[in-house]
Amino acid sequence: MFSVPLPLASGEREEILKIVGDILKNHAANRENLIPILQQVQAKLGYLPGPAMEKIAAASGVPAVDLYGLATFYNQFRLHPPGKHRVNVCMGTACYMAGGRIALDSFERRLKIKEGETTPDRNFSLERVACVGCCTMAPVVVVDDKVEGRVTPTRVDGILLECGASNGAAGEAPAAENTPAGREQAEGAQRS
Amino acid sequence: MTAAAIEAQYAGLQKQAVAKTAVQKSKPLVRVGTATCGVAAGAIPVKEAFEKEIGSRGLDARVVEAGCMGHCYAEPLVVIDKPGFAPLCYGSVDGDLARRLVADFLAGDDPCYEFALAALEPNDVFPTFSEFPRGVCEEKIILERCGFIDPEAIDDYIARDGYAALAKALALPPEEVLAEIKAANLRGRGGAGFPAGVKWEAARGAGDGVKYVICNADEGDPGAFMDRSILESDPHQVIEGMIICAYCVGAAEGWLYIRAEYPRAVERIHTAIRQAREKGLLGQSILGSGFAFDLRVFQGSGAFVCGEETALVSSMEGKMGMPQTRPPFMAQSGFRGRPTVLNNVKTFSYVPHIVSRGADWFKGTGTPGTPGTAVFSLVGKVSHTGLVEVPMGTTLRRLIFDVGEGIPGGKKFKAAQIGGPSGGCLPEAALDVPIDFDSLRQAGAIMGSGGLVVLDEDDCMVAVARFFLEFTRHESCGKCTFCRLGTKHMLDILTEITGGRGNPASLEVLRELAEDVQAGSLCNLGRTAPNPILTTLRYFRDEYDAHIFEGRCPALMCKELIAYYILPKKCSKLCDACVGSCPVEAIFTRADGLKEIDQQKCVKCDNCRKACPPEHDAVVKLSPPSLLSGKEGVPK
Ligand SMILES: Cc1cc2nc3c(=O)[nH]c(=O)nc-3n(C[C@H](O)[C@H](O)[C@H](O)COP(=O)(O)O)c2cc1C
Ligand code: FES
Repeated sequence: MFSVPLPLASGEREEILKIVGDILKNHAANRENLIPILQQVQAKLGYLPGPAMEKIAAASGVPAVDLYGLATFYNQFRLHPPGKHRVNVCMGTACYMAGGRIALDSFERRLKIKEGETTPDRNFSLERVACVGCCTMAPVVVVDDKVEGRVTPTRVDGILLECGASNGAAGEAPAAENTPAGREQAEGAQRS
Repeated sequence: MTAAAIEAQYAGLQKQAVAKTAVQKSKPLVRVGTATCGVAAGAIPVKEAFEKEIGSRGLDARVVEAGCMGHCYAEPLVVIDKPGFAPLCYGSVDGDLARRLVADFLAGDDPCYEFALAALEPNDVFPTFSEFPRGVCEEKIILERCGFIDPEAIDDYIARDGYAALAKALALPPEEVLAEIKAANLRGRGGAGFPAGVKWEAARGAGDGVKYVICNADEGDPGAFMDRSILESDPHQVIEGMIICAYCVGAAEGWLYIRAEYPRAVERIHTAIRQAREKGLLGQSILGSGFAFDLRVFQGSGAFVCGEETALVSSMEGKMGMPQTRPPFMAQSGFRGRPTVLNNVKTFSYVPHIVSRGADWFKGTGTPGTPGTAVFSLVGKVSHTGLVEVPMGTTLRRLIFDVGEGIPGGKKFKAAQIGGPSGGCLPEAALDVPIDFDSLRQAGAIMGSGGLVVLDEDDCMVAVARFFLEFTRHESCGKCTFCRLGTKHMLDILTEITGGRGNPASLEVLRELAEDVQAGSLCNLGRTAPNPILTTLRYFRDEYDAHIFEGRCPALMCKELIAYYILPKKCSKLCDACVGSCPVEAIFTRADGLKEIDQQKCVKCDNCRKACPPEHDAVVKLSPPSLLSGKEGVPK
C-alpha cells in the first residue's frame, strides 16, 4: 500500500471497522457498488482510512491496489482526515476570473497551508473545487457545505473568525513544516 | 390497457392535484427561491424571517420553497401571490424587507411596489418580466416552470399539465412517439448536438433484451449550472422525459448520474422519484399501461472526464472513469454491456414538450439546423447574470447586451468564453454569430453545455487560456499520451508567458502542440483542450505579444507582471483604510502622512485597492512593474 496510514487513536480502528461493517451490510460488495460504498464511508468518517480500505477490499475481493486506484482517480475521495472545517474555494471559470485565486491565496496565507493541505491543529483543510453551480455569486467559497458568495480577502478573515479561528490562532499556529507530524500530514494530505 | 383508460387514470391524478393546489391558492403564498444560488445569497434566513413574522402576527399564509427563476443577479428572490393581486416578484430580499412585506402587504394591502422587480402575470399596475428587454428575447420551454413550482411537490407539476405528455405517449405505440422526436430533430444539448431520435432508434433496434436509459447530469463545465438548476427547480420534467425515452426504446431501468458537487439536486431528485412512485408514474405498470420503468441515482465523485459518456458508464460500473474507443456505440453496448441511451438533462427536458405539442411546434423555434431553444448560464462581467433561454439562432450580441444588459461599471467588453474548457473565446467582432451548434463551431468555439462567461477589459486572455489548460491538465484521465503530456507542456508554456518568462519561440511550439493534441487524443477532452489556446491566439495575439515582448499584462491581471502603487496625488493624509486592509503590513505611513507600499512585502492581494474609498481611488496597478522605478517614493 502506498499511503502511510496516520496513527489511529486507540479504539479508532475498531470504530472504523464497525462503521464500514454496517455499510457493507446494506450493499452487496460487488464492483458496481464500490464507489457508492466508498462515498458512504467517506460521508461517515470524513475520509477513507487504511483499515476501511482493507476491509472493503477483503469483502469485495477487489485488490486493495485497485481500490486505491479508484480512490485516487476521483477528486472527491480523501485518504487523510480533513480538518474540522473544510474550506473549498471555487476555481471554476466565473470564480477564477472574479478573483477566486485571490481568495485562495488569502486562505493559504491566513492558514499557512497550501491548497490540498490541513492545518497542523486539524482545524481547517483547504481545497479547490471546480464550479459549485452558483457562478453568478462569484467568487464562491464553500465552508462546511455552506456556500458563500462574493468572497473578498476581507471576507476571508471574517469566514475564519466565524469558524472560531481567533485571528491570531490561525496565524500563530506553528507552520506545518515545523513539526514532524505536521510535515507528514501536509505531504500526505496533498492530492495531485 | 386501452388508451382511454390511461388518459382517464391521468385525468384522475390531475384532478386531485388541481384540487389540492386550488385550496392552497385561496391563501396568500410566499415563494422563496432556494436553489443553490438563492441559498448562497441568503435565502434561508429570509424564509425564516417570513415564517417568523407571519407566525407572530398570526396570519394565514404559506411560505414555500421554489427553484431558480434564472434572475440570479437579484437573489434572494421572493414571489408573493396574494389573492386579489397579480403575483409579484421581489429581488435582493433581506430580513428587513421580509418583515416589511409581511407587515405592509400580507397584513395590510400595500404591495410595496417600490421594492418589486416584476409581476408574473399581466396586470394594469405593474410590468411583467416579459416587458423587460430580456423578456422580449427570451422564449422559455424547459425553464418555464423553474422557480414557479415547488420542486418538492409533485402536485404542483401535475396541476400544470405535468406528466400529461407521458399519458399521451403511453397511449400511442412507441414507434409513433419515437417518430415525433425524430421529426422534431431534437439535438442533444450535452455538447455535441447529436440527434436524440437517431440514438433512440438505434437502441430500439438493438434487440429485445435489457436496455438502459441514463441521464447525464455530470455538468462538469466550470461556469455552467443550468443542469443543476433544472434538477433543483423542475425535477419531474427530466423524469418525465426519461420515462418517455424508456418507453420508446424499451428500457425498464434508468439512472441519473449526478455530479458530486450538487447535493441539493441529488436530494430533490430523490424526493421527486419517491413521489412519482407513489403516484404510479414510476414502477410497475405506469399509469396502468403495463409499461414498467424505474429510476435510480448514481452520484459522481468529482471527475470531469466522467461527463464523457463511455467514461461515465465505466464509472457506474465501479471502474476508473476512462473513455473507451467506439464503436461499439452505446446504443449497441453501453452500461453493463447492454444497449444504452444516454442524454443530457436538457435533452430529456424537451421531450415532454415535444410529445405534448408536436414536432412542428418545436421546429417553429430556432434555426432549421437546430430547432428549439438554447439555455445559457450567463455569468462573468455582465449586469444581469443568470440562466436564460433563447431561441437557437439568437446572436451573442443580443444575448450579452439585451438579455444580460451589457457590461457593468462602464467597462469595455472583451470576449465571450463559450463552451467551457472545450470552447473558445470570441471577440467583439464575432458577436453577430448566431448561436447554434454549427455556426459556433465555425467561429472556433463550441456550443458545449451552454456556459457563457463574459470577459471585460480587466480580464487577461492569456490567463484565461492558462486557466483552462490548468483545468484540462488536472482532469485529463491520463489514458492518452498526447492529452496527458501535451496539456502539461502547453500549461507550462502558458505559465511561463503569464509569469513574464515567455520567449518568442513559445507561440510556435504552442500552436504545434495544440494541433498534435487535437489529433492524438481519444476523447473530446483532449481533442478540444487546445481550443482555448487556439482561439485566444487567433483573436488576441496582441496580448500574448505584450506578455512576451514587453513583460506587460494589458489587463493588469497577471500577478507577476503587475505592481501596486499608491498615487501620492490622490492619497489622503486623513485616511488609512489601506493600511488596515493589508494582510502583510506592507503599507506604511510616510513622514508626510501619505501612504506607500513596501514592494518587497506586497503580496498583490488587491485588498488595498478595494479598501481605498472611491472618493480617493488612489491605489493603482502598474504593468510592467518596471514602471515603478522613478516613481515618487520608490527607490531606484
Ligand atoms: C470530457 C467530456 C466531458 C463531458 N461532459 C458532459 C457533461 O458534463 N454533461 C453532458 O451532458 N455531456 C457531457 N459530455 C458529452 C457526453 O459525452 C455526451 O455526448 C452527451 O452527454 C450526450 O447527451 P446529448 O446527446 O443529450 O447531448 C462530455 C464529453 C466529454 C468528452
Ligand atoms: S465558477 Fe464558481 S460557482 Fe461556478
